[in-house]
Amino acid sequence: MSMPLPAVLRRPAWLTTLAMGFVILWLIIAAFPFAWTVWGSFKVQTDFFSRDSWWNAITGPMTTRTTGGPFTTDGYYGAWVTTEFWRAALNTLIVTVCVTSISLSFGTLGGYALARSTHRYRFWILVAALFFRAMPEVTLVSGYLFPFFALNIWGHLPTAIIVLVALNQPFTLWMMYSFFQGIPRDLDESALVDGCNRFQAFRLAIMPVMWPGVITTGLFSFLLAYNDFTVTGLVLSKDNQTMVPKIASYLGTIQDEGAIMFAVAAVVSITIPIFLLVMFFQRYLVSGLTAGAVKG
Amino acid sequence: MPHSSFFRFMAPSLIAMLLFIALPTVSIFVQSLYVEHPQVLIETETCQPLGGCVKETTVDVAATAKLRSEAPLGQFNGLGTYVDRNHLAINSVGLLWSRSGSLGEFVSGMMNLRFYRALAFTLFYCFLVTPLAMALGFGIALAVNVVPRLMKGPVIFFSLVPMLITPLVGALILFWMLNSDGILGVALQVLFNDPGLSTQSSAPLTWIMLIVYGTWTNAPFSFIVFYAGLQAVSRDTLEAAMIDGASRWERVRYVVLPSLKPLVLFVLLVQLMDNFRVFEPIISFNASANATSLAFDIYASLNTQTSQLFGSAAATSVITIAFIAVLIVPILARVARELQAGRV
Repeated sequence: MSMPLPAVLRRPAWLTTLAMGFVILWLIIAAFPFAWTVWGSFKVQTDFFSRDSWWNAITGPMTTRTTGGPFTTDGYYGAWVTTEFWRAALNTLIVTVCVTSISLSFGTLGGYALARSTHRYRFWILVAALFFRAMPEVTLVSGYLFPFFALNIWGHLPTAIIVLVALNQPFTLWMMYSFFQGIPRDLDESALVDGCNRFQAFRLAIMPVMWPGVITTGLFSFLLAYNDFTVTGLVLSKDNQTMVPKIASYLGTIQDEGAIMFAVAAVVSITIPIFLLVMFFQRYLVSGLTAGAVKG
Repeated sequence: MPHSSFFRFMAPSLIAMLLFIALPTVSIFVQSLYVEHPQVLIETETCQPLGGCVKETTVDVAATAKLRSEAPLGQFNGLGTYVDRNHLAINSVGLLWSRSGSLGEFVSGMMNLRFYRALAFTLFYCFLVTPLAMALGFGIALAVNVVPRLMKGPVIFFSLVPMLITPLVGALILFWMLNSDGILGVALQVLFNDPGLSTQSSAPLTWIMLIVYGTWTNAPFSFIVFYAGLQAVSRDTLEAAMIDGASRWERVRYVVLPSLKPLVLFVLLVQLMDNFRVFEPIISFNASANATSLAFDIYASLNTQTSQLFGSAAATSVITIAFIAVLIVPILARVARELQAGRV
């Protein structure tokens, strides 16, 4: 490898420079909006949305004038305390933890069965799941609301949780199915030969090696529940709102002076967990995104 | 695996999908055949000795409530909701067709019809954002492949965030920068030397802003998948092409792209599927005056202060699902073939 590359294989300098410039430009496009919003969330509205100069959002003259310093946490105080964003955050925590754990349990069992079955209905379940995955959630929600009102279960957290679990199933099933396809059959079949039943074989032979697949799938299940607006926005009552519908509700009151900064602070707050997730699980996320693609 | 243990493993997942995906599909179809009860009106005539008689119409609240509780689904309307003015608007379209002198007139007339307005934007968004985001993602993947390895990690990190961010939140972040008080909005005003320029003021500008958001949030997916694909392109074929004197562009065109073809198909269909449900950015951009989508229309019918229009939402949903079915039949057929061949 230490041999110099032949001239034809070497990249011209201009190409590397051009690529470098393009990558840096993309980095700015991808990251700048977040940096700008985080910075602006510590200003007052008249600075972040300044009619005079965008420079005000950086230096914050009005923030200094009204609050005594160039940075203020008024937006965060207003969101988390005054408008009780903490309640929405708590609801989001409950919903995401429940949805992720339940859909992983369901999906792992189902995915394993699909990967090990050779019957024809397996094929139809997988194709149907793919079609279900393609249907926009809101079309299904329009089917739920009426029965939910009739059964008087509309508005509660468990209702949203079970709906999100169900909507999560097609994706979870496919992910876990293709993961289990990659685990050699010999592993659980030898356990069956040794006298285990299916559940024992699953528990003793498969469970110890399935965690990378479970983590990857779990991350995407978490994101689906965390990012959802369609179900949580339409199925939950005002008292049980999670973070995303709560942020949407700020938009209606945007005319009030300062209320928009509550929304900005809430937006920054809801982004932080996603940042941490990407930071700690980047490898899993990338492998999950490419898993479906590479297989086909 | 025997049937009994297969279904024991599969049961929780199957029941969840049957109850909350398959059954609602039936339920929206049934709902779409019904329409809300009209309010029961009573006409009363009050006669003054000298002033003559005045007819007055009032809502009989008690009778309306009784009717609604007796048949909560509404009254049977057959396919009436599908063809009414807010949906397929068969009559209005026919009238427009026969009355308008030019194609332009016909199109602008169609854009006044709620369903076609939403359909037009949905398709426009779907078929513009998908190729734009794929091209941008492919460009980033090619560029990252060339720059020093050190940059790979940070680029992937910062690319994942716009993609995994809550759609409503990501769109809000861009909207705040793009509206007339935001940094990019002001930059545009300076650029076009028009202090009154507002990205919200006209339909074309709003559509462009939504496309910009869509490309920003969708490009990273293409980038990640194509970047992974690039690592698997055969070195030997590339070197052979180089020795044969293929230029850089020719190598991309005739070696790299063909070997990425399965990935391109995969990304294309996932993106079409996802972009077809575009809905949150319209709320974030407060754009419903200039742009609506099918998903947004359903949401708007359900998210009303007074009484939800279940019939309307259901009819739009059935039509949307029909479109999705047409859109993804190719992928379903392909996956079915691969499944049968045992390759997936």
